[in-house]
Amino acid sequence: MLTVDALKRLHICVSFDLHDGECIALQGPSGAGKTLLLRSIADLDPNEGTVKLDGTLKEAMPAPVWRKRVTYLAAEPGWWSDTVQGHFNDWNDALPLVERLGLPPGCGSWSIQRLSTGEKQRLALARALMLRSRVLLLDEPTSALDAASTAIVESLIAERISNGTSVIWSTHDNAQARRVGSRVLVMSAVGVLGEDRS
Amino acid sequence: MTYIQLAYGDLIVPALLVVMDGALSIVLRLKLERQLAIAALRMVLQLVLVGYVLTFLFAAVSPLWTALTAFIMVLFASREIVARQKRRLPGILSYGLGAGCTLLAAGTVTIFALLTELRPDPWYHPRYALPLLGMILGNTMTGISLGLDVLTNGLVRERAAVEACLALGGTRYQAVLPVIRDALRSGFMPIINSMAAIGLVSLPGMMTGQILAGVEPVDAAKYQLLIMFLIAGGTGLGTLAAVLGGAHLLTDHRHRLRLERIAAESSV
Repeated sequence: MLTVDALKRLHICVSFDLHDGECIALQGPSGAGKTLLLRSIADLDPNEGTVKLDGTLKEAMPAPVWRKRVTYLAAEPGWWSDTVQGHFNDWNDALPLVERLGLPPGCGSWSIQRLSTGEKQRLALARALMLRSRVLLLDEPTSALDAASTAIVESLIAERISNGTSVIWSTHDNAQARRVGSRVLVMSAVGVLGEDRS
Repeated sequence: MTYIQLAYGDLIVPALLVVMDGALSIVLRLKLERQLAIAALRMVLQLVLVGYVLTFLFAAVSPLWTALTAFIMVLFASREIVARQKRRLPGILSYGLGAGCTLLAAGTVTIFALLTELRPDPWYHPRYALPLLGMILGNTMTGISLGLDVLTNGLVRERAAVEACLALGGTRYQAVLPVIRDALRSGFMPIINSMAAIGLVSLPGMMTGQILAGVEPVDAAKYQLLIMFLIAGGTGLGTLAAVLGGAHLLTDHRHRLRLERIAAESSV
C-alpha cells in the first residue's frame, strides 16, 4: 500500500492512501498540480511530507530503488539513446509487450527521431512496464493515442492492476477516468485533492 | 643570445596601424572606434604594467609575492569563465567551481613541470613559474568554460531524457552521462585542434618569442612541446573536474535533476 501523508510541493498539499491493486484516476484543470503531485511521489522534485510504500519511507531507500518500485511515466517522455532498443535493458524480453501495443517487431532499430508522438508514448509505456513496478504513476498516458490504442493500453494496465499493481492515472478525459479508476480524485486549482463521487 | 631591443619610440609607427583601423571604422560606420580605442588603451596599460610587475617580481624572487600574483591570475581566470557562461550557477558556486578547478589543474601541472622538468633555482622562481602558469591557465580556462557551457545547456535541452532515465531508476550519474560526455568532448576540442595545427598553421607565441630572443629554433620547439603537453594535461584535468563538479551541483543526493539551481539566463 502506498501512503501519502501531507505531501507538500509548491502550492499542493495532499494526503491519501493507494491500496494494492487499486487504480486512482486523477483529474483537475491544467496547472492544478497533477504532474507536480506524481513527480513528488516519485521523488523527482524536492518535497515535504511523508510517502511510504508498505510502511517504508521513501527516504529509507536510495532514490533509484524507490523509483524502480514507484515509477513515474511522463506525459512527454524523454529519450537518451538514438535507437528504440537502446532504451531497453533486454529488447527481446520487451518485444511481446511492444507488439501488443501495436508496434512492429522490427521497430527496435528505428531512430527515435522518426517516431510519431503516439509511437513514443506507447514505447515509453512499454519501457516503464518492463520494470514491473509496484506502483505506476501515469501522467496522461493515452493523450496522443487513437481510440484503438487507448483501449489496448487500458486493458494492459487493467491486467497489471488485477495482478496487484497500484496505479495513479492522470487524465483529462472524464469517461476514461470513470472507466479506469476505482476512485476519482480531483485536484482543485489551489492544490487540494477531493473525491469525485458523481 | 642577442636580440633587437625596442624603445617606446619604435612603437609609434606600428601603433598607427590601430589608428588606421579606427579611421576605417569611422569611414565605414562600423561603430567600432570606441571599443577599439578602449581595447587598445587597455592593452597598452596592462602590458606595460605587467612588464613592471614582473621586473619587480623577478628582482624579489619571493614565494609570497609569486603566490599572490598566481592567485590573482586564477581569480581573473575564474571571472572570465563565469563571464563566458550563457547559463550560470548562482553566485559563489559559479566562481568557486571555476576558481577551484583552474587552480587545481593549472596549479598542479605548473608545479609538476617546475619540480620535475625545468627545475629552476628556487623552484618557484617567478621567471619560470608565472609565464608557465599564465599559458596553462589561459588554455585550461577555455576548456573549463566550454565544458561548463555545454554541460548546463545540454542539461536544459536534454532535461526530458535525463529525467526519463531517473524516473526509471537510473542514478544521477547514469542519467547525466551522455551530457557529461558531450561537455568533455567540447572542452577537449580546442587543445586537440591546436595540437594538430601547431607549426603548420600557427607558430605559437612563446616559440616565436624565444626565436626572436635568439634561441635556436629546435630548442624553442622543445620548449613549446613541453608547454603543449602541460596544457593538454591541465585542460584535461581542469575540464574533467569542472564538468563532474558542475554535474554534481546540478543534481542532488536523492538523484534529482536540480535545474532551478542555474541562475536566470544572462544577457551576455
